[in-house]
Amino acid sequence: MGLFVLRRILVTIPMMAVVALFVFGLLYLAPGDPAAMIAGDQATPAQIENIRSSLGLDRPFVVRFVSWIIGVVHGDLGNSLFSGQSVASMIVQRIPATLSVMGLTLIISISLAVPLGVVAASRQGSWLDRAVSAFAVLGFSLPVFVLGYILAYVFALQLGWFPVQGYAPSSQGFGPYIGHLLLPAVTLSGGYIALITRISRSAMLDALSQDYVRTAKAKGLPRRTVLFVHALKNAALPIVSIIGIGVAALIGGAVVTETVFGIPGLGRLVVDALLRRDYPIIQGVVLVSSFAYIAVNLGVDILYMLLDPRISY
Amino acid sequence: MTVIIDDPHEIATPAQLIVAPDLPPLILSRRPTHPLLTFTRRNPTIVMGGLLLAVIVVIAVLAPWLSTADPQALAPARRVRPPSAHDWFGTDDLGRDVYSRVIYGARTSLIVGFASAAAATFLGVLVGVLSGFIRWLDPIVMRIIDGLMSIPSVLIAIALLGVARGSIANVVIAISLSEFPRVARLVRGEVLSLRERAYVSAAVACGSSATRIMTRHILPNALDRIIIQATYVGASAIVAEAVLSFLGVGTPQTILSWGNIMAEGRALWQVKPYIVFFPSVFLCVTVLSVNLLGDGLRDFLDPRSAKRT
Repeated sequence: MGLFVLRRILVTIPMMAVVALFVFGLLYLAPGDPAAMIAGDQATPAQIENIRSSLGLDRPFVVRFVSWIIGVVHGDLGNSLFSGQSVASMIVQRIPATLSVMGLTLIISISLAVPLGVVAASRQGSWLDRAVSAFAVLGFSLPVFVLGYILAYVFALQLGWFPVQGYAPSSQGFGPYIGHLLLPAVTLSGGYIALITRISRSAMLDALSQDYVRTAKAKGLPRRTVLFVHALKNAALPIVSIIGIGVAALIGGAVVTETVFGIPGLGRLVVDALLRRDYPIIQGVVLVSSFAYIAVNLGVDILYMLLDPRISY
Repeated sequence: MTVIIDDPHEIATPAQLIVAPDLPPLILSRRPTHPLLTFTRRNPTIVMGGLLLAVIVVIAVLAPWLSTADPQALAPARRVRPPSAHDWFGTDDLGRDVYSRVIYGARTSLIVGFASAAAATFLGVLVGVLSGFIRWLDPIVMRIIDGLMSIPSVLIAIALLGVARGSIANVVIAISLSEFPRVARLVRGEVLSLRERAYVSAAVACGSSATRIMTRHILPNALDRIIIQATYVGASAIVAEAVLSFLGVGTPQTILSWGNIMAEGRALWQVKPYIVFFPSVFLCVTVLSVNLLGDGLRDFLDPRSAKRT
């Protein structure tokens, strides 16, 4: 078992290396001269040259890549080209807001999508099943920001139930915290619910056609026990893995949701940085969110491996 | 059993009368249905998605004739008018006619969607085939694909557009590069499973070249799945273009696109929601039509997987 876990952990190393290479290559390709940018308009060529060599920008690609990686490992993601603040601390500041939205999204999505998928599969072909499938197609087709505007217009502007924009940290109390998070989280849930529902339904259909389900029904177990204990337990692998894989789309969706609802999270940070061409921040956010995605999926796989003795990698 | 009597006037022999009693016809005659009607009845999703998409395509093509005003013409005197009989979708903060802008915006979305789907599919098939066919290359390519797929695709596109300033071509390149790993992985899987088939072994035994086996035996059999995937890539590319433009980093603002119109309406959306609303509706309908087309094609081309999902 330990060996399998170790092997699964080792698989992530090349993935992280590819991400790091992509992110670093980006800065290498970026137009403009960071040394000239930092030096300002008044600088002489000699001063720019000085800054360049002090930043190590005159060294070859591989040397720069290695020293950059060493920095990343030590938590040094460079400094913002504009504010000069450390990128790592800027990212750390923004993480709570993004994590709050995503956490609530996960809770909403999983608690709705899995039961929907189970019920749809248990009544395959019924109107309920059709409605769930139609809802899934709609969920895929409704872009995050469109859903966000619809919800904000109806529930914040017209009904006034929630604040239109902004974010309240949890230190301001639970009510304002959840109130600010609910609309963004529901917005972000749309596509995610569609995805999980679809996979849950198809995994359940597979499981329900198995012999042990027939046996369970034949010995007179209640329908609910058969569905949620016998079938769902065995359908859990694809459901759990799509929840992990879907986190990538969730991070992308968070970028948009934060823009619509004015939430000061990682997404907002990267969009603002992009508009100002602040490359170290873009690099930092891409790196951190990709590593987070890799870590989540590593966690999901290891957890599943521990829970289900049949699985080994 | 019926006995066929050629001439109705011919008197049947008693034996024939016994053999051919007056039975109702076993197979009810049916009015012949038009093949198109049968197709529609069996594949309502394809027809619905296709028709919706066709409407959008027609709107995009006929934009110069359908529009009621020059989409770029500024009319400061007619700023932010709500929708009316004259300005169907209202006017924006510079007095431009939102209806005409949305109509023209269809062109950008469709072009970007189609071009990205084509480019991502081409690249994905190329990489997938090489990875599935050349054994030593496979682990290397798959690690790279795994790595790329762990970067959220919006962030890949954002990062690439950070380096190369927005133009339609760059948006298409950025979207294709963020979407192609999915196609590559699918194609590689198909190639790996198809290459074990008996007909491929037979072709190998006949001395067919690797290129011939790939183009004549493997790719045609993977084509269905590739087409289905390409459709979904097209749908996500249309959304991606709108998202990137909405964030202000996609298609340049001088080019009309639904995302750009929404980006411009963003500042005013609380007071003038229609500027954001109308392009959203068109965007959703277009994405829905492509997704329906994809689902329909999947049911039609790949019935085995359709039954389950």
